[in-house]
Amino acid sequence: MIKRAFAYPYIIWMVIFIVVPLILVGYYAITVTDFYGYTTFSMANFRRFFTEQVMGNRVFVSVATRSLRLALQSTLLCFAIGYPVAYIMTRKEYSEKSVLIFLLLAPMWMNFLVRTYAWLTILERNGLINNVLMRLMNRDTPVIDILYTDAAVLLGMVYNFLPFMILPIYTSLKKMDPRLIEAAQDLGAGGFNTFLRVVFPLSIPGVVSGITMVFMPGAATFVISNLLGGRQFFLLGNVVESSFIQQGDWHFGSAVAVLMMLMMVASMVVLSFFDKGENQGRSAMI
Amino acid sequence: MTRRFALHSVTKKFYLGLVLFFLYAPIFVLMVFSFNESRSRANWEGFTLDWYRVLLNDPAIARALRNTLLVAIFSTAIATTIGTFAAVGIDKLTRRARTLVMGISRIPVMMPDIVTGLSLMVLYLFVIRTFGFGRMGFGTLLISHVMFNVPYVILSVTPRLRRIDPNLYEAALDLGSTPIRAFFKVILPELMPGVFTGALLAFTLSVDDFMVSFFTTGVGVQNLSTYIFSQARMGVSPHINALSTLMFLAILALMFVIHKRDKIHAKRMKERMDVI
Repeated sequence: MIKRAFAYPYIIWMVIFIVVPLILVGYYAITVTDFYGYTTFSMANFRRFFTEQVMGNRVFVSVATRSLRLALQSTLLCFAIGYPVAYIMTRKEYSEKSVLIFLLLAPMWMNFLVRTYAWLTILERNGLINNVLMRLMNRDTPVIDILYTDAAVLLGMVYNFLPFMILPIYTSLKKMDPRLIEAAQDLGAGGFNTFLRVVFPLSIPGVVSGITMVFMPGAATFVISNLLGGRQFFLLGNVVESSFIQQGDWHFGSAVAVLMMLMMVASMVVLSFFDKGENQGRSAMI
Repeated sequence: MTRRFALHSVTKKFYLGLVLFFLYAPIFVLMVFSFNESRSRANWEGFTLDWYRVLLNDPAIARALRNTLLVAIFSTAIATTIGTFAAVGIDKLTRRARTLVMGISRIPVMMPDIVTGLSLMVLYLFVIRTFGFGRMGFGTLLISHVMFNVPYVILSVTPRLRRIDPNLYEAALDLGSTPIRAFFKVILPELMPGVFTGALLAFTLSVDDFMVSFFTTGVGVQNLSTYIFSQARMGVSPHINALSTLMFLAILALMFVIHKRDKIHAKRMKERMDVI
């Protein structure tokens, strides 16, 4: 029975560092502290999130909408770009496969802030792309000007999260029994039909892990929007960061964090409808 | 038929090439610009190694790099130990308890990093304010990295546990081994591949982390990520590019060595299987 006891130190650790912090965040979210330092239960933080207006515009609601829209767009783009990559990879020879996996993972060893920052050099008004295009087209005004817009943030998200979509899909495609494809073809299914009815349904667990790994970080980032979207650009992550770090308003920041977690739970419930297996997040890449 | 196939494979190669170009373009750009004489990001003004010299003489970077490596090494070691023992113990819990513990362990894996970071910050500051001792710094940074690394170790080790023959452990006990000795001699060697994967994942995530570090470190203690972030607001100096280039090459070399070692290991395993 000595072996069961191996888990006890971890369980204590888990309660202190996973459960208690979340309870604290929940507590701050549903309380307010007044001028005199008295703390009372209140839903004011959530009310503020949904109703506060600046110049007739519900500012936090529009931030949430933009976060969700960008996260959704980046997820769709990653899926559209990444699925074919994963599919092509499964058809490669073994040695080529491991080289490709290596090439997909290698960029992650370079600090993502530095990599994202490098896009500034490429996208700037007098950056690389514009320099080349201006010379080619013989113009002296910038040809593309997307830095500090939604498009630049979207690009940054796709750039950072694409490997997280490709690798889980690749893992689930790789596990597939190739005889199933042969069987489908023997039974007269064409290439497209085989893909739609056999290959794709079997890769859904990978797609689901990919979506969770792209969607949530996208909705929660504040770094990409900070660098590529300019400082005034606001995603939910920026609201949380500035509430906690700049304004020191834990109550409001916690409320936004709770809303983010609810969003995460909701999206996982929806996704679990498609995937009966256990979703393991980033560890699905192994 | 052959013709169509050939076209197909060219299209595929082109597509893969395009995606890889997208992933590597910024890396290539920052490597090239780490040799640029001008401080400007946009214009190439000649080759220099000055930024590498600046890098070597920058104490702030040296401190940040040291913190990153220390946190990564210690958090990997601690998380791998806690996680491996935890995985073994969890496997022996009742079904209900196991589901609960695994469910909670999965929270940090699924949760956005920003929520992990700020919830830990709230915990630390709550304790510091209520009990009036301690402060945010290297300690809280290390604990936080251990916290988000442990679940990955557990998730990598657990699948290996399922493959162990329980009779081996029993046999060791019957032959007079103590349970602890049996654990180290019988169970642990079987778990090693999972432990190794978990440790590698933990180390990578720790080095790469920004969000959790940003919220849980204290004044004056910076790792590379938080240092670069604080610099980025004013414009990253090319010597950061120089550092990234060096680190990238170092990890590339390390991975190459591990890959070679794995190959040798696999070969040896195969030989052993052939003997049996």
